[in-house]
Amino acid sequence: MTRDKINGRRLVGLFLLGMLLFNFPLLHLFNRPVVVLGIPVLYLYLFAAWSLIIFLILTISRSKPDTPFPDHSE
Amino acid sequence: MLATETVIFVSLCYIGVLFGIAYYGDKRADIGRSIISNPYIYALSLAVYCTAWTFYGSVGRAASAGPAFLTIYLGPTLMVTLGWLVLKKIVRISKIHRITSIADFIGSRYGKSMTLGGVVTVIAVLGIIPYISLQLKAISSSFLLIHQYPSLKPLSYARSIGVWSDTTFYVALFLAVFATLFGTRNLEATERHEGLVAAIAFESIVKLVAFLAVGTFITFFIYNGFTDLSQRAIASPELRLLMTLPKDAGAFSSWFAHIFLSMMAIVFLPRQFQVMVVENVNEAHLNKAIWLFPLYLLAINIFVLPVAFAGMLSFGSSGLDADMFLLTLPMANKQVFLTLLVFIGGMSAATGMVIVETVALSTMICNDLVMPVLLHMPSLKLSQRKDLSSILLSIRRLGIILVLLMGYAYFHYAGEYYTLVSIGLTSFAAVAQFAPALLVGIFWKGGTRTGALLGLVAGFSVWCYTLFLPSLAGAGLMPQDFLEHGPFGIAFLKPFELFGLDVFDRITHAVFWSMLANLGCYVAGSLFSRPSAMEHTQAAMFVDVYQYVGRVHDSSVWRGTAYLPDLVSMLERFLGRERTEAALDNYAMDYGINWDQSLTRDPGLVNHIEKLLAGAIGSASARVMVASVVKEEPLGIEEVMDILNETRQAIIYSRELERASAELRAANQRLQELDRLKDEFISTVSHELRTPLTAIRSLAEILHDYPDTTPDRQREFSSIIIRETQRLTRLITQVLDFQKLESGRMRWAITAVDLKDVVEDAVSATGQLVAEKRIRMQMNLPDASRPVEGDRDQLIQAMVNLISNAVKFCDPELGQIDIRLDDSADRLTVSVSDNGIGISEADQKQIFNKFQQVMDPTRGRPPGTGLGLSITRQIIRHHHGELKVKSTPGKGATFYFSLPLKPIAAMPAQ
Repeated sequence: MTRDKINGRRLVGLFLLGMLLFNFPLLHLFNRPVVVLGIPVLYLYLFAAWSLIIFLILTISRSKPDTPFPDHSE
Repeated sequence: MLATETVIFVSLCYIGVLFGIAYYGDKRADIGRSIISNPYIYALSLAVYCTAWTFYGSVGRAASAGPAFLTIYLGPTLMVTLGWLVLKKIVRISKIHRITSIADFIGSRYGKSMTLGGVVTVIAVLGIIPYISLQLKAISSSFLLIHQYPSLKPLSYARSIGVWSDTTFYVALFLAVFATLFGTRNLEATERHEGLVAAIAFESIVKLVAFLAVGTFITFFIYNGFTDLSQRAIASPELRLLMTLPKDAGAFSSWFAHIFLSMMAIVFLPRQFQVMVVENVNEAHLNKAIWLFPLYLLAINIFVLPVAFAGMLSFGSSGLDADMFLLTLPMANKQVFLTLLVFIGGMSAATGMVIVETVALSTMICNDLVMPVLLHMPSLKLSQRKDLSSILLSIRRLGIILVLLMGYAYFHYAGEYYTLVSIGLTSFAAVAQFAPALLVGIFWKGGTRTGALLGLVAGFSVWCYTLFLPSLAGAGLMPQDFLEHGPFGIAFLKPFELFGLDVFDRITHAVFWSMLANLGCYVAGSLFSRPSAMEHTQAAMFVDVYQYVGRVHDSSVWRGTAYLPDLVSMLERFLGRERTEAALDNYAMDYGINWDQSLTRDPGLVNHIEKLLAGAIGSASARVMVASVVKEEPLGIEEVMDILNETRQAIIYSRELERASAELRAANQRLQELDRLKDEFISTVSHELRTPLTAIRSLAEILHDYPDTTPDRQREFSSIIIRETQRLTRLITQVLDFQKLESGRMRWAITAVDLKDVVEDAVSATGQLVAEKRIRMQMNLPDASRPVEGDRDQLIQAMVNLISNAVKFCDPELGQIDIRLDDSADRLTVSVSDNGIGISEADQKQIFNKFQQVMDPTRGRPPGTGLGLSITRQIIRHHHGELKVKSTPGKGATFYFSLPLKPIAAMPAQ
């Protein structure tokens, strides 16, 4: 349960990071009509931040062996 | 060429494949080798979130509002990061309580309330209707467009089209049949549909592949990649706007509101709850799904903006609906295969949503709305019917058809005036109303049924007023005045600017007011109402779900017994004979029960059967059914007393523990104090030993080194040496005495003692000391005193101690000591008074403790070991007396003790 709790806290931290990245005022920094690497910069930023979040979820959820949960299905 | 027949043929083939997969999935599940029991299928089934809204609507949204379309996918990503905290808990609770739907969940949380379950069902059905109509609109639009192939012209809707000649109506009917066949083939004990989930997962693959294939074609074959599209877009002032969010406060608040809505939707949409919670095979699948699912969302969004740009660049102002760019672009480029692929992809997105949503809604309608009502109508005698499972299935089929027809009606009258996304957001705002009751409810035990009911009703009413009614008004079903001037011309109540709040867009505005009303009523209602016993239990079992693992079956507040045949026949009516037998056999095996032993069943079994039934007909209905056959014993007075007694025992026990630990703590403190005192004592004693030793040694050295010192000096020195040695001896004797007294090894020589003699002897023994300090000694002794029994030497010692103590603390200039012996009553009382600084009240309690010395702020620690008074007290005690002190600070102190004349014969022989 301890590993689970640690990962749970990390994920909550990640949630807060996500709330920060996907909202004003950080969003405002990229809110301009400029094309970078062939992509409008706001989209580039959003997709990059999104990928980062997914990658971090992946890393965190893998940082432990799958806990064997009791299978309640019939 | 693309003939309509071809389109229909391909569609039917596709649906055939879906049925095949569903059939295979069910077959495998029946033999116990589930194909959906892995995290990948689970994650794909979650992607039922991506409906026609995503498939077609996102492009339309991007073409009109730029980046805003992404909020709908960022929200779920954020929500799954909370998966550990929220989703896992919801899944765990649902598994333990065999929750079948979100209405069941909320009803069950608040004391298995039927009212609440019903209210949630009504909200869910009404809230989802716009969403269903969105799917109908998408399918019929795409069909109508592809029907025109190869020509391209904007679709013109006309409400004048009769229902019977409206393609959408047939689409709705077709979907109803489809969903009925899929979702209600038989009645599952757990309300899980493995075949359905397998088909949904397959559909998720199809829509993703279709979108990516067409997106790639449009981006890289019609245009030259992302850069090309972006360069062209930035050159156009119109498209340039789509690259950023508007720079006003409203844009960011609606951005945030949409993220919030989609966060709620991912959990509370009935179909999401169905696939994520009810159909979940194993909690551990969440671990992988929480990153696979966001990844899916990201992938399906990559080409949204390029397609929107491409559509705008290609069609400009031709009037073609931006929602359908994904279909019209390949059509314009004469790509038959891709056009078909998009059509199939859009269909899979829409059908997947409709099937799961209607199945989930029909379960809710049946279990939480219709069954409770039917069960409460005694005239129907429903609880005596032989086979109920067919009735249940019929109710669900009717439910599905009803939901789809209502969806069609909404589309027919209102839906065609709005874009896909704005219709969808209306539904999102409706299901977000479940958030307070559910999310707060699983973390806060204080939430009550009344609070949840008030909150839901308030939030839903505000939703109706600010979103649902206006959408009807917008379509002309209600007077337009209502929107522009408010009801009855009251501008204050304009549905889009309630109470004059005009900084938000419609959705944000509705979310704000409805959540405020909902949460406010929920919290206030909870704080001002008292939950029933059942609510208490359910609240505890939901909030502390992790603590109740494995002992759920005995945690019900009501206990009942029933005859096994009654229970079995009831189960058979709902589940059929085979399933009932299998379920009971499992239970018997788990708990080692022999059915033949007794016919009356224990509460554990009754609870188990209630849970089994809950899987089929929902917890509230199951409760009613079981109550009808169970001889309910709503906790007899004896059982209540038992429970109270147990609790009382526990409380007493814990109090005892508390007391014991307090004692231990005190003892420990005393030990530490003693330890400290001992250390002090040792340092005092060694100091006291060293002072005379130093004097002796230095004088002896002088005598040794200077043999020619005058005889007078020599005598003087040796007399000092002798005096100091005596002092040493006295000190050591005292320490030894004390040690003897303490350990009880003192030898007492008991004789008849004359206290007057004792006092006089002690005074003469201390005469030198008194004379040195020039203290006036006053004695007040009777001529003769009656004898007491005791140890003469020890009594003298006690008197000497008291006198020398008085000498030490006497006034340094005009010292005076009074000694009295009173032989009047049946006791002899001796007192020694001085006229020194006195002893404060606090110190009076301390001075008799060993090693304790009163610190004088001006003179510091007094000479001596701090043992004198302690020894004296011990001696007096041994003679059945008590040494006491009277003192006023500044006016001296009086130590006194009295000894009984006739001491008890049985003086302890030491």
